[in-house]
Amino acid sequence: MRIVIAKPGLDGHDRGAKVIARALRDGGHDVIYTGLRKTPLDIVRIVNDEDAEVLGLSTLSGAHDSLIPKICDGLRDSNLGNVVVFAGGIIPERDIALLYNSGVRAVFGPGTLTSDVLRFLEEALLRKQNEHPIGVGDDLGWHWN
Amino acid sequence: MTEIADSPNIPMFQSESSWILGVTGPPGAGKSTLIGQMVRHWVAAGENVAVLALDPTSPISGGSFLADRIRMEGDDLGDNVFVRSIASGKSPGGISPRIWPMCRALSDCGWTRIVVETVGTGQSEFRIAALADRLLLVDGPDRGDIIQAEKAGILELADVIAVNKSDLPGAASSAQSIKTSLGLVDDDNREVLLVSALEGTGIEDLITTIESCEPQVERNQMMMRERLISEWESLLVSHPEIDEILAKLCTDSITVSEAIQILSSSTGQSG
Repeated sequence: MRIVIAKPGLDGHDRGAKVIARALRDGGHDVIYTGLRKTPLDIVRIVNDEDAEVLGLSTLSGAHDSLIPKICDGLRDSNLGNVVVFAGGIIPERDIALLYNSGVRAVFGPGTLTSDVLRFLEEALLRKQNEHPIGVGDDLGWHWN
Repeated sequence: MTEIADSPNIPMFQSESSWILGVTGPPGAGKSTLIGQMVRHWVAAGENVAVLALDPTSPISGGSFLADRIRMEGDDLGDNVFVRSIASGKSPGGISPRIWPMCRALSDCGWTRIVVETVGTGQSEFRIAALADRLLLVDGPDRGDIIQAEKAGILELADVIAVNKSDLPGAASSAQSIKTSLGLVDDDNREVLLVSALEGTGIEDLITTIESCEPQVERNQMMMRERLISEWESLLVSHPEIDEILAKLCTDSITVSEAIQILSSSTGQSG
């Protein structure tokens, strides 16, 4: 799959994003990394121009609750509701429900095995093929963890 | 793919307003960063710039890590810039057969400058060179890599040669040694330009030189040849019996030339 890994907002650490990007590449995916400090608009634009099927968002700054819903809204507004969105980084448990309600389908915190992320993507692909809700614009309810 | 096969009359890029620039050079020479600077200049001049950035596909996993666009983006480029990262794929020569139709579609959609950035190594350099209307070769200071590449013909094919990182010591002597190498041929008066993508120096001169260079006439036939080969390849690899034929080849029950005969005869019929 074509996957965009993005770093929204102002945090300047991308070791985690790069580890994930590398793991997805080794899993046979085409991974496009955006680099640091992208705005929600930048990210929606990149997903559109790169024709990506999946968007992974990495944030460590604490701004996930503001940035990630904006990105999900932006995708839906740009007719990109079929894109699968997952998130990772430092995201407190109490905020995870909010992200699910925005259309995020999986949240991966510290300690996640890269093989888990790959399994999530396999499941996402399967759901796509079976036309079960999985895109950011599809019905909410299902999420990975 | 079928679409390409069905439209035999695709014209060549001969319009003044839209053309393809191939950018090639060794890994780490600064191709992406330099393209980023050129994009800025072109956008300021009112052009619509599309960049197709190739990165290698892993031969082991089949995946890829595409990060060229990081070096090209500014905050203020707006809707006049389109960047698409492309995994080189497993096709021979490292060029996805999609490149040609993509360039064509971009041109039709009003993108006036189409930049194809190569992976930076290997045979693919040669093939993208043939797809482009004009070819820019980028090298770094004191690498001597271009002189190495001379054996493969890249230096002969380039319309414009730029030595990047002119902010570092050694750039001028690197440019001089390339110039000397070019001087061995009598009527070769191509310029070797010094640029710094980091500091943004020399970019305007570079663009003026590229814009004013006359596309080489011989390139038309090379471009046509590459188009023919890449469309032929796509026909072969999308042949309905390809897997069976590969299996037979593996078990030595047919020879390679027999396989080619089967593939080409039925490819001809379906086309």
